[in-house]
Amino acid sequence: MKSGSALKLKISNLSKRFDAHQALNSVSLVLEETHSLVLVGPSGGGKTTLLRILAGLEIPDCGTVELNSEAIQFEESALLRHRRTVGVVFQAFNLFPHLTALENIVLPLEKVHNHLPAQAHDVALQLLRRFQLDGHANKKPAALSGGQRQRVAIARAVAIKPRVVLFDEPTSALDPEMTAEVLDMIRKLREEGTDLILVTHEMGFARVAADRVAFLSEGRVLEFGDTKSVFDAPKTEECKRFLGTVLKY
Amino acid sequence: MTALSNHASPPGLLSKFAAALVAAAMVAAVFYFSFHQITYRWNWQAVLNYRSTLLAGWLMTLTISITSLFLSTLIGVLFALTRRSEFLPLRYFGHIYVELVRGTPLLVQILVFFYVVADAFHVGNRYFVGVLILSLFSGAYISEIVRAGIESIGQSQLESAKAIGLTRAQTYRYVIFPQALRLSLPPLVGQFVSLIKDSSLLSIIAVNEFTQSARDINSITYSTLECYIPLAIGYLVLTLPISLWTRSLEKRLRFET
Repeated sequence: MKSGSALKLKISNLSKRFDAHQALNSVSLVLEETHSLVLVGPSGGGKTTLLRILAGLEIPDCGTVELNSEAIQFEESALLRHRRTVGVVFQAFNLFPHLTALENIVLPLEKVHNHLPAQAHDVALQLLRRFQLDGHANKKPAALSGGQRQRVAIARAVAIKPRVVLFDEPTSALDPEMTAEVLDMIRKLREEGTDLILVTHEMGFARVAADRVAFLSEGRVLEFGDTKSVFDAPKTEECKRFLGTVLKY
Repeated sequence: MTALSNHASPPGLLSKFAAALVAAAMVAAVFYFSFHQITYRWNWQAVLNYRSTLLAGWLMTLTISITSLFLSTLIGVLFALTRRSEFLPLRYFGHIYVELVRGTPLLVQILVFFYVVADAFHVGNRYFVGVLILSLFSGAYISEIVRAGIESIGQSQLESAKAIGLTRAQTYRYVIFPQALRLSLPPLVGQFVSLIKDSSLLSIIAVNEFTQSARDINSITYSTLECYIPLAIGYLVLTLPISLWTRSLEKRLRFET
């Protein structure tokens, strides 16, 4: 395993409210020497909101976030710069339907990161080849399977060499077989040194891929620690109940 | 091949051609019968003497239509963007413009714009004013077509564009417009057909376009049908190819999605 500079994250008193729903309620979290953080917890617990704030897609009501010792400025032009340094993979519909798989990866390289067209093309093609997707380079998303689409989306996210890749339930819209192919790719990236933060319901995967796990419920981080300790010895009732439910079948 | 699958297969080229011929013959029969009944005395020679006037009018209509086509597209796109502006006065301005233009007859717009607005601003060139009015009129419809195209791009795509760090302008350029344009193309082309026909109304401010030239010739020769039938054919020459093109565009779009 390649050990690059590990992910550093410091979140202080982060809150976000959507109308009547308190999505995040004064969340604080300090992360050091970590390569992969997995966020778990019940739906509506705040995982996705936290991830979206980290992605620069949501502005918190209050609180601060430092990524690799650099505070995120929640102001549009600074956020634009921030977004360009992180990769994001959503649950579905990541790719632009009018562009081929290759063009989807080339677009940000060329237009956002100022690669020359030929250079961007090479980078994209190399990535597709590395993940056995080169046969699909010239297909539009509609001609790809759900799993292939997500893998291309992941390739696009890592192509720009981001500081961290943020995954928001990347396999929730996929059947088990496709889920496995996408998780294999994420695991491979992790092993090759990509730092990531992942929201997922795949507890088995979380166990093997995560260094740290945070359990969020009702907008709060109720548990945070090594993967093993959170999964094997949860302290709070909520986490015990949650793990009991999701691991039941 | 069984009889059943044979029945389900689409008609061949030959049978399509035959069907078109029959349909055309039916239309021709109706017209032939009608003209035969009124025992009209044709006088083509009188009109033929003025064919160069008619041709000049046709060319003028072509020029006006092409110029207005570009100008109205520009106006349409700009006003579609105002409808998405965060600056409220601009958005409402776009809204009022579209509703006013779409809710009133073109005839009234031409008269008011030419005799009141253009006059007040000392713009005397009726061709310039004519093109401008037509473009503003058609632009209102085009802006609604473009707006619908833009709004058909899902929120998830805008989110993706934002996430990969595209600016707002880049999102329009690389994500929204390429897709919106493809979706808007068939209705847009239909609007261009209307634009060509609507240009005939400019004759009321004495723009020497196709319809005006037919009216002029008619007032000299008193051979109404001989003037207006070539007029109809002249418009069809412009509009029919465009309509057929729309049809093929729609078909292609259906296959792609």
